[in-house]
Amino acid sequence: MSELKGIYALWYREFKVFLRERSRVISSVINPLLWLLIIGGGLGSAISFGGINYQTFIYPGVLIQTSLFSSVFFGVYIVWDKKIDFLKEVLVAPMSRTSVFIGKVIGGSTDTIIQTSILLIIGYIFVYSGIMTGLNFNIISILITLAFLLVTIAGMVSVGLIIGSQMESPEGFQLIGSFLIFPLFFLSGALFPINNLPSWLAPFVFINPITYSIDGLRGVLIGINQFNVLLDFSVISLFSIIMFLIGSYAFKKMKI
Amino acid sequence: MSVIETKNLTKKYKELIAVDNLNLKVEEGEIFGLLGPNGAGKTTTLLMLTTLKQPTSGTAKVNNFDIIKQPDKVRKSIGIVFQDPSSDDILTGYENLKLHGWLYDMPDDLRERRIKEVLELVDLTDRKNDLVKKYSGGMRRRLEIARGLMHHPKVLFLDEPTLGLDPQSREYIWNYIEKLAKEEKITIIITTHYMDEADKLCDRLAIIDHGKIVVLGTPKELKKNLGGDIIRLKAKNLDIEMLEKLKYVKKVDRCDSEVCLTVKDADKHLQEILKKVGKVDSVEIRSPTLDDVFLHYTGRAIREDSPEGGWAERVMNMRSRR
Repeated sequence: MSELKGIYALWYREFKVFLRERSRVISSVINPLLWLLIIGGGLGSAISFGGINYQTFIYPGVLIQTSLFSSVFFGVYIVWDKKIDFLKEVLVAPMSRTSVFIGKVIGGSTDTIIQTSILLIIGYIFVYSGIMTGLNFNIISILITLAFLLVTIAGMVSVGLIIGSQMESPEGFQLIGSFLIFPLFFLSGALFPINNLPSWLAPFVFINPITYSIDGLRGVLIGINQFNVLLDFSVISLFSIIMFLIGSYAFKKMKI
Repeated sequence: MSVIETKNLTKKYKELIAVDNLNLKVEEGEIFGLLGPNGAGKTTTLLMLTTLKQPTSGTAKVNNFDIIKQPDKVRKSIGIVFQDPSSDDILTGYENLKLHGWLYDMPDDLRERRIKEVLELVDLTDRKNDLVKKYSGGMRRRLEIARGLMHHPKVLFLDEPTLGLDPQSREYIWNYIEKLAKEEKITIIITTHYMDEADKLCDRLAIIDHGKIVVLGTPKELKKNLGGDIIRLKAKNLDIEMLEKLKYVKKVDRCDSEVCLTVKDADKHLQEILKKVGKVDSVEIRSPTLDDVFLHYTGRAIREDSPEGGWAERVMNMRSRR
């Protein structure tokens, strides 16, 4: 009971702060929209894959891109908490470090899922106003999409928190974070189909867990997928569980 | 009854011994001061007593709970106000307190009642719905003191409670600390390197240097133990050796062109000293302060700012985040 209250307290804090920092929400939605409209629209005028317009093709990738960036960079707040003494205030409370970690993961995931939901709504509007075609929006596909996003986001928030727990400076976090996110994003098939890759590139793409998130989403939303959607879901879930476990361990060992 | 008792408490970092076999007893209901130069081991001691750092060896009991074996019970028994700001400035004062109540698993009605009480104690009731970033440094400190008290701790730790605050805010904070010691009847441990603060607030204090207790006692005792008053002389060509030979001169310290003498019954012997010294530029006679005590035992004057920058500076840095 007490642990649940503590977890709720941490979530409450993250959520309140998120609601008060509207610029964060807006900037996190603008960036993916630029990708969708400019890269998607521009390249889309010339490229299509399997009869699917490029803009539609990268829509799942853009959803994952937002998830990646917001959730990994959520970890920077733990560095800020460390710089002031807010983290000590939390750690000196009678609750376990695991609960602190869980509270943080739920908090960060909430922030990110709200941002991606905005993109889902925008996608829905685009489809019904005819800007994008070929996206399969219905209750089931949206629920599966949300499930994929939630699992991916929880895993990537854990990754961000693992980095954050080891870092002393926000600048250092920024560096490591970008170093990690860009390869994950570019090697995920977010921007290209993965069925006919050059042999040197294929291994990098197939060991990237994010590849499976995007493949699954593309299967559900557009109907193009390389792997079975269930396999996709299992791979990304396994990844997230491992990251979650490493994260709670990292929090237990975190020095202050 | 002692509320805190340390047994050979030790913390080592590679080469450095931050806290060295510390044995200390703090009685229930007293305001106890931990004084020392920067890096003397004050904050490390505090972090060990609050279970945030593991001792290398030795242990301590807080409220009769062992800090190593029963950290959860220790945590429930203590409140702590950290050196750096530890409230979220994008939340309101009230929200910060509510968060604290949840973290300490307080029942809802008790939590709301305590929030009201502690806000009143530190005079922040009418500002409770403002974001903390709109608070001044002193108000933020008061909020954090209020928060540390919310869950009825047996011991309240204050780590440099007035570092970086202006004189007026310091005065306020002192009044609150004295008030709550009376009203809440709790034991308070203060680390500080302001001597006037320690003198004003503490019932007893320990001066720590190199991780060891150098001296312990009430401020009055410590000052008395210096064995006399301070005479400060400014003169050319002072014969220090001659002064040191005088029976009633306890100690001679040289500072720049001046000399400070600790002299027993200084008022009686002043005439004689002046006669021996000859022509002086200026002379001053005063009772010893804790600064003199500090200087006497640690051999160095206290430096005011910590190496990582002051509290206020960090508030400024913090404002630019997010």
